[in-house]
Amino acid sequence: MTKPLVAIRSVSKNFGEFKALKNVSLDVWPGEVMCLIGASGSGKTTLLRCINQLAIIDSGGIWLDGELLGVREQGERLYRLSEREIGRQRLKTGMVFQRFNLFPHKTALENITEGPLQVQGRKPDEVRAEALELLRRVGLSAKADSYPMQLSGGQQQRVAIARALAMKPMLMLFDEPTSALDPELVGEVLAVMKELAKSGMTMMVVTHELGFAREVADRVVYMDQGAIVEQGRAADVLGTPREERTKAFLSAVI
Amino acid sequence: MKPAPALAEGFPDLSGMLIAREPHWFRWISAALIVLVLAAIARAFANGQIEWSHVSRFITAKVILEGIVNTMVMAVLAMALGIVLGIVVAIMRLSPNPVLKTAAAGYTWLFRGTPLILQLLLWFNLALVFPAIGIPGLWSARAVDVMTPFLAALLGLGINQGAYTSEVMRAGMLSVDIGQYEAAQAIGMGRLRALRRIILPQAMRVVIPPLGNEFIGMVKATSLASVIQYPEVLHNAENIYYANSRVIELLIVAGLWYLLVVSILTPLQMLLERRFARGTTQFAR
Repeated sequence: MTKPLVAIRSVSKNFGEFKALKNVSLDVWPGEVMCLIGASGSGKTTLLRCINQLAIIDSGGIWLDGELLGVREQGERLYRLSEREIGRQRLKTGMVFQRFNLFPHKTALENITEGPLQVQGRKPDEVRAEALELLRRVGLSAKADSYPMQLSGGQQQRVAIARALAMKPMLMLFDEPTSALDPELVGEVLAVMKELAKSGMTMMVVTHELGFAREVADRVVYMDQGAIVEQGRAADVLGTPREERTKAFLSAVI
Repeated sequence: MKPAPALAEGFPDLSGMLIAREPHWFRWISAALIVLVLAAIARAFANGQIEWSHVSRFITAKVILEGIVNTMVMAVLAMALGIVLGIVVAIMRLSPNPVLKTAAAGYTWLFRGTPLILQLLLWFNLALVFPAIGIPGLWSARAVDVMTPFLAALLGLGINQGAYTSEVMRAGMLSVDIGQYEAAQAIGMGRLRALRRIILPQAMRVVIPPLGNEFIGMVKATSLASVIQYPEVLHNAENIYYANSRVIELLIVAGLWYLLVVSILTPLQMLLERRFARGTTQFAR
């Protein structure tokens, strides 16, 4: 029997008084494309950031590829992992940010090779060849030597996707990847994501693009106030939602 | 397609006319006044008790040239020490570790809180506190032999500079978007590697103008080392005028050299700025 790639169990996360995640449990299966939808402040972005350990959970546990994230069980206690160990665990996930966060002082190609060269210590020739192949895959072969400032938002986000893929992650996390883009640039980023989904990559996508969710997602999860309200096949959740809150959200955004 | 409606009458075509030059009377008058004042000052100095022949004779004197070389050597070394200390202390200050944070804040407090000339005198007179220094069992020496004017000036100027530079560096690091730290972490970088590869190169662009300022300040601050016998240009100029009493002439010599050095530094700073501006403009190629 296959095991979930990500297993989230009873996870809570507070920012001061604000409860961002309340006792969330969820499985993500290998090869699955999951879209997380919900109003801002519903906890969907926080959930992604906890999987990538950019946010540290307050209670519960997250397992990635069978490995407990961030802490180590010993006896009756949990011990925090070292920064080095956390860095190693992060390599299993690739993160794409809403605001791209490309390194502005490095070219598109250098952005992609930075991780494999500096963190993984791999051979420059091999890394470069792979990076050029990734740029080709996201349709930006001609932009290898451009700096981020010289690229449009859509191009920057495609470089950011290539940068995440260069680390050969098992899971790709997308945090509202098209929200900062001009409307006419959204399509090119979604096209790259669709191609990636088709290639069998496991993906968790926080998005407001319901059309993309309907077309590509294996499962849609609707979150509200730090909890999962409803989940299921995209056609069901988006087409015939059962919960009142889901209906209200969907009628507000469409 | 409908033809565009006819344009209204009474608005003549101005496209062939030139715009007349403004007279700018105030600019001409103020420029003339400034030239007059400068001429008066020049005349006063030319007729004053200054032997200009001494200025031109001493400006290339061997002792003065050695002095300016010593000034530059000290400024560069002390600034290098200051930048290294400044980066380390700024990183400590921004670390989550409360011990490192407090130590860094204490260092800045101590060395910014006391006059530089006092620190120089303390370093130079360290032998009064510790007659012998060394590592027990390995090496030891008399402090008077170790604490030469050169070393005392380097430590005094460099450590003091580090306190100021750390704040410049900290400002630079704070100016880098938090998303850059997150993106660096997301590709598996640890804190120090992210600082070195991602944050500091971007911070450099912001800190070069204030660092240029600090370096110019350092060139002139080396003159304070004259009080602990370091043979920089002002110290050597003083030694000459103790002998020949040409006080003003030699002070002018030293002043001209400082002006020259600072004038050379400004274009150098622009070159550095261009180097670190990579990727910051849309159309640069």
